[in-house]
Amino acid sequence: MTKKQKLVVIGNGMAPGRMLEHLFEKAPDAYDVTIFNAEPRVNYDRIMLSPVLSGEKSFEDIIIHGDGWYIEHGVMLYKGHKVVDIDRKAKTVTSEHGEVATYDKLVIATGSAPFIIPVPGHDLPGVLTYRDLDDVDAMLLAAQARGKAVVIGGGLLGLEAAAGLKERGMDVTVIHLMPTLMERQLDPAAGYLLEQELERRGIKIITKASTKRICGETRVESIELEDGTVIPATLVVMAVGIRPNGALAKDAGLSVNRGIVVSDSMQTSDPDVFSLGECVELNGNVYGLVAPLYQMAEVAACHLSGDADKRFVETSTATKLKVTGINLYSAGDFAEAEDREEIVLRDATAGIYKRLVLKDNKIIGTVLYGDTADGPWFFDMLKKETDVSEMRESLIFGQAYQGGAALDPSAAVAALPDDAEICGCNGVCKGAITSAIKAKGLTGLDDVRAHTKASASCGTCTGLVEQLLGLTLGDAYNPSAVAAMCSCTDLSHADVRRLIKAKELKTIPAVMQELEWKTSCGCAKCRPALNYYLVCDWPDEYADDYQSRFINERVHANIQKDGTYSVVPRMWGGMTSSTELRAIADVVDKFDIPAVKVTGGQRIDMLGIKKEDLPAVWKDLGEAGFVSGQAYAKGLRTVKTCVGTNWCRFGTQDSTGLGIKLEKFMWGSWTPAKLKMAVSGCPRNCAEATCKDIGIICVDSGFEIHFAGAAGLDIKGTEILGSVGSEEEVMVHVVALAQMYREQGWYLERIYKWAKRIGLDEIRKQIMDDPKMRQSYYERFVFSQKFAQVDPWSERVSGKDKHEFKLMATLLPEAAE
Amino acid sequence: MNAMTQNWVVVGALEDIPRLGARCIENGETKIAVFRTADDRVFALEDKCPHKNGPLSQGIVHDGCVTCPLHNWVISLETGAAQGADEGAAVSYPVKLDGDKVLLCL
Ligand code: SRM
Ligand SMILES: Cc1cc2nc3c(=O)[nH]c(=O)nc-3n(C[C@H](O)[C@H](O)[C@H](O)COP(=O)(O)OP(=O)(O)OC[C@H]3O[C@@H](n4cnc5c(N)ncnc54)[C@H](O)[C@@H]3O)c2cc1C
Ligand code: SF4
Ligand code: FES
Repeated sequence: MTKKQKLVVIGNGMAPGRMLEHLFEKAPDAYDVTIFNAEPRVNYDRIMLSPVLSGEKSFEDIIIHGDGWYIEHGVMLYKGHKVVDIDRKAKTVTSEHGEVATYDKLVIATGSAPFIIPVPGHDLPGVLTYRDLDDVDAMLLAAQARGKAVVIGGGLLGLEAAAGLKERGMDVTVIHLMPTLMERQLDPAAGYLLEQELERRGIKIITKASTKRICGETRVESIELEDGTVIPATLVVMAVGIRPNGALAKDAGLSVNRGIVVSDSMQTSDPDVFSLGECVELNGNVYGLVAPLYQMAEVAACHLSGDADKRFVETSTATKLKVTGINLYSAGDFAEAEDREEIVLRDATAGIYKRLVLKDNKIIGTVLYGDTADGPWFFDMLKKETDVSEMRESLIFGQAYQGGAALDPSAAVAALPDDAEICGCNGVCKGAITSAIKAKGLTGLDDVRAHTKASASCGTCTGLVEQLLGLTLGDAYNPSAVAAMCSCTDLSHADVRRLIKAKELKTIPAVMQELEWKTSCGCAKCRPALNYYLVCDWPDEYADDYQSRFINERVHANIQKDGTYSVVPRMWGGMTSSTELRAIADVVDKFDIPAVKVTGGQRIDMLGIKKEDLPAVWKDLGEAGFVSGQAYAKGLRTVKTCVGTNWCRFGTQDSTGLGIKLEKFMWGSWTPAKLKMAVSGCPRNCAEATCKDIGIICVDSGFEIHFAGAAGLDIKGTEILGSVGSEEEVMVHVVALAQMYREQGWYLERIYKWAKRIGLDEIRKQIMDDPKMRQSYYERFVFSQKFAQVDPWSERVSGKDKHEFKLMATLLPEAAE
Repeated sequence: MNAMTQNWVVVGALEDIPRLGARCIENGETKIAVFRTADDRVFALEDKCPHKNGPLSQGIVHDGCVTCPLHNWVISLETGAAQGADEGAAVSYPVKLDGDKVLLCL
């Protein structure tokens, strides 16, 4: 057995990550791998940072290799270790924390660093770049305070940052040096359309603007342009370009120009040192998109595993902007010149602009805005240098139009040749996808992503992959299944909610029958959802279906990992008394409850109660005046309060009293997902009202009503619904808002997700500006409370569902013999 | 078949178990969950999920399966086997109905 060689990798970005995947596939036992990464984390999909910024994805969603992957492949990953020295003689690298590793082969993949314009003030706190998760976290933190953001740079990155910050509630201005946006990827016409669209979304754009200085005492306060304009800013994001990270390699005596110079086999000037990614320079070019980097990854892996034939071949790549709702596509060279012709199609009402640039009857460039479906087709002809003289007349109308075929989008995809590239990031062609679907029996998008990587990076080709699934699988593929409630139906939550009302369906079996459920009695996903929809829509007529509730809601306590339960009584607004505390203490002693804890929701949790004891526990708690805290419910949870005018020297209103009123009025109501509220007595916000589903901030002049916050899996500050003057108005507005959410939310959709789907303005319009609408929501809530405010504990103490808490039989051990 | 080791025990009546629900039986140290489906078939599994010992009796019953309350594994009532990508099985016991009586084979 030959001894494993030592491979050291500097940098743990997308390029070396992909290289190691190839290497482990080709030569799983060739190397002991050690990675040093300056970023303190595993390999993640950097290009998906924008969806994390905008809130569409979480960091977990974009991890490429989780910790388990490194363990599985025996890789030693030093997180947060920047390499500061390479000693090529001794063949070692040293990290800033003094860790030394010896190598037989070294791979430098240090990526690139954002360029910072050295204007005065560029180093003030509040000036950020956009490169890694830390930048995103810093932006999110800044966005919590709302405020004004200025993004310098109107290229891909700058615009993605601007859209994300806008989505997070900031007031955003983009400053761009050139006359039109994204001038490297778009022609002026498309740049103009893009600018208009962004302005429509409330992002201000200033072009032909050069930054003179960034101003501020201790942190950024504003930015000044060369023409004297001053723009106030609490956050400045510089997104003006990147520089390959070559310093480390240069210090080690390797050949470095703009980037680390490599051959087309990714070899540096030292045969034992490879380099790949954004840090390299190859044939005088440097790269900033993943597609070529992934090709480098494959080449490097081949050479490391002993296959010396593979070479990097320059190919053009297409660009897309990952801002939801904006479709643009560009590829190739689209500058005007004498020897070129162009074909342009504009449809102003539909917001469509398409341009093809031809030279010698071949497509050499294309820019598409609004409708980008034909991008891959044009790009394919561009790469193959197809002669288009035959179809010149109709070329711009796209592939589906050729030969007068119907304008069916999937026809275009069907007609693509097998070697047409579908996923630009990962270089996956149509044939690879369709053959994987057939050979491996893939049935959905996630399968295709797992097996081929197509659409697994930036995701913009998702639509094409779905069409390929449809074409390959025929009727067996059901794209709408993505949005279906569960595998028991093809209908979405929205359809089901609508049809329950429209067809007046009032029982779960009726819903399943009328809406043609595919299973006899649903599953653990759809049944709780249906039960909620019916409870909400027919409060007086529908009889709650106990067996469709998750165990916690069935026994009104929280199941624990060992099968015992925890019980949390309501403490209205977080207030308690010696009598209540004494009663809790007595219950704890009497039932030998192993743990008592103050929850994050201002009340007390008793944990580790045996199921059989639950009714007796409730009986004692009920006698002391407690009702269930519904700490398990997709329903009203806590209303946290602060001490307010009762005690606090800053209090402006009786926040405790208002919180108690709200809780007493709204407890017992079922909602699509949990509903948490808080009332703070002044803007210091000690009750943390600005991260709740609904929060109230008391001010001298009255009450600010907030909503759509979150502080769980996602962290999101609230939005302002509006301000009102009296407690009575708070009650009506809050209750109406809750009812609107109850009627429209999808099961398990927290209020912030619902609000994002419906639109904040629509909600404000209905609740703040339309008194009739508000009143009718309010009244429907009040009506449903008549049936909801029954303490589940006292019901069970008086015998309801008693079978639930008793064994059916206890067999003596002998019985088994 | 060995008649000697077959021991059918009456553990209760069908009505004792809610439709689409379960009740438990303690047999010495072992807890056994007896499930009743929508169409009144009965099944018995040890009340221990093959994943992390979750109490299957507390799960939601649907289409011949129960979804474990702790981490949503779906377990076949008939065989005890975990469905889908998950692997493992809960111990299953023969049960039968004699008129209204539920008999368990131990
Ligand atoms: C007991 C408590 C922790 C504590 O010891 O303090 C708790 C315990 C649980 N939380 Fe929580 N959460 C508790 C406050 C919170 C808070 C803080 C708050 O409410 O101010 C949050 C963040 C705020 C928020 O919800 O936005 C919180 C966010 C979550 C989440 C994430 C929800 C999300 O939509 O992102 C879950 C998971 C879920 O609901 O799916 C969760 C789920 C759970 C569950 C129910 C896990 C489960 O499904 O079994 C835990 C039940 C333990 C038990 O049996 O008691 N818990 N949980 C707190 C009970 C508060 C109360 O009095 O009712
Ligand atoms: C917000 C954003 C959006 C993007 N969108 C797209 C897109 O839509 N399409 C597309 O194709 N591309 C996109 N890109 C570009 C793409 O992400 C990069 O081309 C790619 O990630 C570069 O990979 P890499 O491995 O070369 O370098 P990186 O991913 O930058 O990784 C380099 C790593 O090396 C570490 N490092 C640096 N120096 C050292 C050292 N001395 N010691 C140890 N570690 C070190 C760094 O901390 C870093 O983690 C986007 C980039 C960003 C930032
Ligand atoms: S954070 Fe909440 S869900 Fe997570 S372990 Fe703690 S109590 Fe459980
Ligand atoms: S214990 Fe049953 S799913 Fe985890």
